Parts: sequence; structure tokens; C-alpha cells
Amino acid sequence: MTDPAIEEGWIAEAVAAEHPELRLRWIEAHGGTARSSPALQERLALLSDRFRGAQAVTMRREPVPHAYRAFFRSVGLDPDETRTPVEAAALERLVRGGFAARERVADALLLALVETAVPLWAVDAGALDGPLGVREAQRGERLGRGGYAPDLAPGRLVVADAERPVAVLFGAVAASHLPGPATPALRVFTVQVAGVPELHVEEALWTCAEALDRDQGRR
Amino acid sequence: MALVDQHRVPSRPEPGAAPGTTPLDERDARRALRAQIARLERELGEALVAAFPFAAVDVRVPAPVAGPRLLGLGELEALRDALAERLAGARAQVARTGEAQARNRALLEDMLLEPGRHKFARLPNRALGEGGCGVWEVRPRLGLIGMLMGWWHVKLSSGCPLARA
Repeated sequence: MTDPAIEEGWIAEAVAAEHPELRLRWIEAHGGTARSSPALQERLALLSDRFRGAQAVTMRREPVPHAYRAFFRSVGLDPDETRTPVEAAALERLVRGGFAARERVADALLLALVETAVPLWAVDAGALDGPLGVREAQRGERLGRGGYAPDLAPGRLVVADAERPVAVLFGAVAASHLPGPATPALRVFTVQVAGVPELHVEEALWTCAEALDRDQGRR
Repeated sequence: MALVDQHRVPSRPEPGAAPGTTPLDERDARRALRAQIARLERELGEALVAAFPFAAVDVRVPAPVAGPRLLGLGELEALRDALAERLAGARAQVARTGEAQARNRALLEDMLLEPGRHKFARLPNRALGEGGCGVWEVRPRLGLIGMLMGWWHVKLSSGCPLARA
């Protein structure tokens, strides 16, 4: 299997001026949500065994988790309240006693997150209009499409396509863009911040793609 | 306050300075503040880990806004100052814990040298900055006889108590 091509997203000028090292990267992958294969579930279980409780506390000293914590601070998020994705996963591992398997997309994202500490999100590629990027929300914009899409405060940092915001930066993905069982293709994206090496980002995207590919092959 | 001063940058014009701060100056100041915030965040993490698991250090600094957005100069300054203040508090707490542990280690040495001067004194391992549930205790040898004869010694209880239903 060859590694999928990693695409580069855009960063709005105002955001890039403040955070010049911020980047958005993505890959395309096949298939929608479904029950994870036993192999993927087993990989998560093995990962649970490798994880120790003290890691949840000491993790913030490691370079990549620290980079995300520092970025959270610099955009006005308290990482002890709005946990960085890897710390949230670590906390859930402690509370539940393991990384619980849910469905193949969420499990592949979790696998890559725990392996690399780089957070990933998946959206339905068919619902997108053009490349993804990071910008500030404009007045009157909503998260996703549809009558029930929540309003966004102006200035909120969002991940958007050419048409509209599809996710809050490090937050919720629009319900209208979440992958479902009938989704034929996914766009898996990540946000790289200052202090996160290129290698980690590539590894995260490829780990996720490989897990999704293998899982698709075993059905 | 010294810690705050140590992390301070000239992020706004000094009073009396010539007006004419350009957006570029402000952007540089914001960048410097973000670098300071990242450093303070790291040091706060170090303080938390240093204290773990023997002291609960409060490292929470509430977010200035709801949801992610680009912060202004004032917000970054306030956040930097709040982090610096929290770090100073966390370091003081770590230092206090360290001092208490050093005092307890000295006490344990004294208990071992002269148990008769510390009758029934108890020191849990945690108070010494060590793991486990062991407790050092000065007890009389042979129970009542030891008490009457002044035969004292130090015992280390081992293991954690059994879980109770």
C-alpha cells in the first residue's frame, strides 16, 4: 500500500499573521462509519495496555502535547477545561479503563491520535466545497448547513471550505458534515501548530489512513 | 511579582513615549507574549509533575474568552500575568511540600537514632515523598513490657490496607 498524498489547506491572512506556523493538512480516505473490524478493536486494546495512568499527568511535558496546550492558551482556550484531544483521550482511557471501540472512523482517528498525539478529524468529503482552511467566522455564519446549524460567534476560529465553516477549530464538527454509514469518501484533516514536527503530522495522517484501509479490506 | 516582571515584554508603549505604535509593533508584541505564554505553560506543567502525586498543585488559569479566537494584546497580557501568578503559587507550593518532606526525613532519622524520644510517632511514606502505603512508627518492644522498660524501636508497616467491600 502506498501512503496517500497529503494535501495542504489554506490559512486566512489574519490568522497566518498571528500564527505563522499554523497549518491544516488532510488526506482522502474511503468508506463511512461502520462497526470496527476485530483487528482494529484489537489494536485499540493493545494501545490501552501500553498506556499507564501517570502518563495522563506527565504527558503535558512531552513536546507535541505541550505544543497543543500552548496553542490552546494562545487562542483563548483553557487546556485544563477544554482538554487538548490527546489529553481528553488519555482521561477517557483512565475513566473507562481502556480505549473503547466505537466505529471504524472514530477508532482510526483515536488510534492515530494516541500513537502520535496529533489530533485528527474526519468529514464527509462529498459535503465539502473545495479545499479546507482556517479562518475567523463572520457575523451571521453558522456551523454547517441546515436549519438547526448552530450560530457561530464572529471571530471564532473555524475550519471552513469555500462555502461555510465545517468545524470549530479544535472543536465540534458540523453535524451536516459528519461521516455516516453511506459516506463513500472521507477527508481526514489535522491542524499543525508551532512545535509539532512535520514527521508527527505525516505519521498521524498515514496511521489513520492505513487503519481505515485495512479495516475496509477486512469487511 | 518578580516572576511577572521576568516574563514582561515592552508590549505597550511606555507612558510618555512618543505616540505612533504601528500594527506591526503590536503584532511583534503579541508574538512575544505568545512565546512567554508557551514558556509559562511548560513551566506550570513542570511544577504540576514535580508535585505529583504528593501535592495537588492548582494550575488552572481560566480562559479569557469562550471558544478559540485571535486574542488581542490586552487579553494576551492578562493571560500571561495570570499564568505567571499561578506559576509563582505552584512553585511556592512545591517548595513548601519539599521543605515539609525534608523535615519529615530529618524526623525519621531522629526516630531511628533515638526512638525513646518519639514514642508512638508515626510517619507515612507519603510524608517523606515516597510511594507506597508504608508507615514508620515508634512502637514498644514486647508491648506493655517494652513500654514499662523503655524498650522502643521503629517499625515500618508494609503494604496497603486491603480493600473493604
